[in-house]
Amino acid sequence: MIKQILELHSFRGWFLTFGLLFAAIFLLPVLNIFISEESFFHIPDYMFPLLGKYLCYAIVALAVDLIWGYTGILSLGHGVFFSIGGYAMGMYLMRSIGDEGVYKSDLPDFMVFLDWKELPWYWYGFDFFSFTLLVIFLLPGVFAFIFGYFAFRSRIKGVYFAIITQAMTYALMLLFFRNNTGFGGNNGLTDFKRILGYSLQDPSTKMGLFVITVLVLFLSYVLSRYIVKSKLGRVLTAIRDVENRVMFSGYNTLNYKLFIWTVSAFLCGLAGALYVPQVGIINPSEMQPANSIEMAIWVAVGGRGTLVGALLGAGLVNVAKSWFTVAAPDYWLYFLGFLFIVVTLFLPKGFIGIFDRFTPRNNNRDVTND
Amino acid sequence: MTSEENQTNESSVDTRHGCILYVENVTVSFDGFKALNDLNLYIDDGELRCIIGPNGAGKTTMMDVITGKTRPDEGTVFFGQSMDLTQMTEYEIAHAGIGRKFQKPTVFKNHTVYENLELALHADKDIWTSLLKRLNADQKVMIEGALETIGLVEQKNIRAGLLAHGQTQWLEIGMLLVQDPRLLLIDEPVAGMTHQETEQTAELLSSLAGKHSVVVVEHEMDFIRSIANRVTVLHEGRVLAEGSMEDVQNDPKVVEVYLGS
Repeated sequence: MIKQILELHSFRGWFLTFGLLFAAIFLLPVLNIFISEESFFHIPDYMFPLLGKYLCYAIVALAVDLIWGYTGILSLGHGVFFSIGGYAMGMYLMRSIGDEGVYKSDLPDFMVFLDWKELPWYWYGFDFFSFTLLVIFLLPGVFAFIFGYFAFRSRIKGVYFAIITQAMTYALMLLFFRNNTGFGGNNGLTDFKRILGYSLQDPSTKMGLFVITVLVLFLSYVLSRYIVKSKLGRVLTAIRDVENRVMFSGYNTLNYKLFIWTVSAFLCGLAGALYVPQVGIINPSEMQPANSIEMAIWVAVGGRGTLVGALLGAGLVNVAKSWFTVAAPDYWLYFLGFLFIVVTLFLPKGFIGIFDRFTPRNNNRDVTND
Repeated sequence: MTSEENQTNESSVDTRHGCILYVENVTVSFDGFKALNDLNLYIDDGELRCIIGPNGAGKTTMMDVITGKTRPDEGTVFFGQSMDLTQMTEYEIAHAGIGRKFQKPTVFKNHTVYENLELALHADKDIWTSLLKRLNADQKVMIEGALETIGLVEQKNIRAGLLAHGQTQWLEIGMLLVQDPRLLLIDEPVAGMTHQETEQTAELLSSLAGKHSVVVVEHEMDFIRSIANRVTVLHEGRVLAEGSMEDVQNDPKVVEVYLGS
């Protein structure tokens, strides 16, 4: 097992991966704490939640790439899994506020506002972090499994599948918008105070959350890499290319699709859960159809079917988005559309494809590892 | 250990009566058009059978029915004495020991030749095995052997999409070989092949008969003459004639609809 994991990368690949990991976990905090604020190399406190947010998006990009880039199943509903993870974490954070809300009640503020007298049953358990973690780990996957089982069993494919995932995210968004669904309506969950007793305003908490996000991203990457480098990964790309052939070779493709779909939703849920404490809010707009489409665009821009491409895409698009929404907010959507067209027309393999162009890859790549 | 279970599973194809495939009274219609019309076909264990017929005679539909891709409206299809193929899914049928080569060569173009064979290889094909296990020594030997047989040893690390047409056909046959089926269904194996490649293919298929049962659908007459001892002629969804190549060629009905045209 360990040998298999070590073989996932060449020495250079691992060196680079661990270099980045080290830089994120040690170098950035050191630059924040020990370098004076006037220095060019100082990392200000506000950078950590911002970078943390990007890293959450990077996890989402890995998830979307596994199902779309590798297996050829385009999902335009991954915002749902992200939101399930996010809402679960949000509910825990709401309960951690205690009676320090505006209304000084034990109930979350929005419930007091709606004149609710007691906690709805589905909020039970979110007082406990362990229960919340369990929900974050299981619920997105279970939900995806059920949805996927019916969709894949009916052999819904391609654009039809994409459309029903859009419908799924839209339906859930409408559900969460309603006040009496019990998740804060269109305001969502916000005004969080602390996580596990640590104040969310505290710079060290922010740094801690950032470091945890880095570690989760790293593990997600290793897991994804393990999957795509295994025979299972080759079966997935084979399903993408000619599913019939895979079936006639004796594989139950339903199980394979269901497996990767569930793993993808699981990773997305983790990302959502990490996103909420760092951004400070979760509301139904995360389930807007456009949000899920944007996730697919990150992967298309970076490069489908390569994990590094997905990470790169999530980074590039979101940094551009942060810049645009400050400098020229009205033009962001135009730019995004433009970017998508350029990539589709000129860079079918995404930005990562540019590197391939300059370093023509040898077709005799060694796969047997002898 | 589980692969042994599979082995017994496959040898449990019950061929005591000498027959491996029973297609009986099968009818398939598409919007009123009967692609298969009360078709009866029996394939002996270890036999090499050629199936010919003009376009639209129902050859490909017949393959679809046997492999579970199309469900017959009427009739039964049995693999051995006991396996009812009309109740099984594509992958179950493949797992039970029926391999298929498509009319249009279908390989995994983004995978290397070696990986193509690895994917087709007879092994446990559930998720966890695929995720956790690597090829063992025996399996590697099998793949190397198949590479020799299909003459693609030097190309083993090339992407299959870069192969020449004939090589692609051979790769697909190789994938069937490592799948180790009891019954091979082969749709137009020599389409687009050079004369020499055709001869090699004929040799290869002849050598497979005995150990496997082979059903070949082909248009190329010289090719059929060189391999077949028994030929079945399909016409309008049913069997028009059956027998040796010579008998079939001299059958006036056959001459009329097919060879004469």
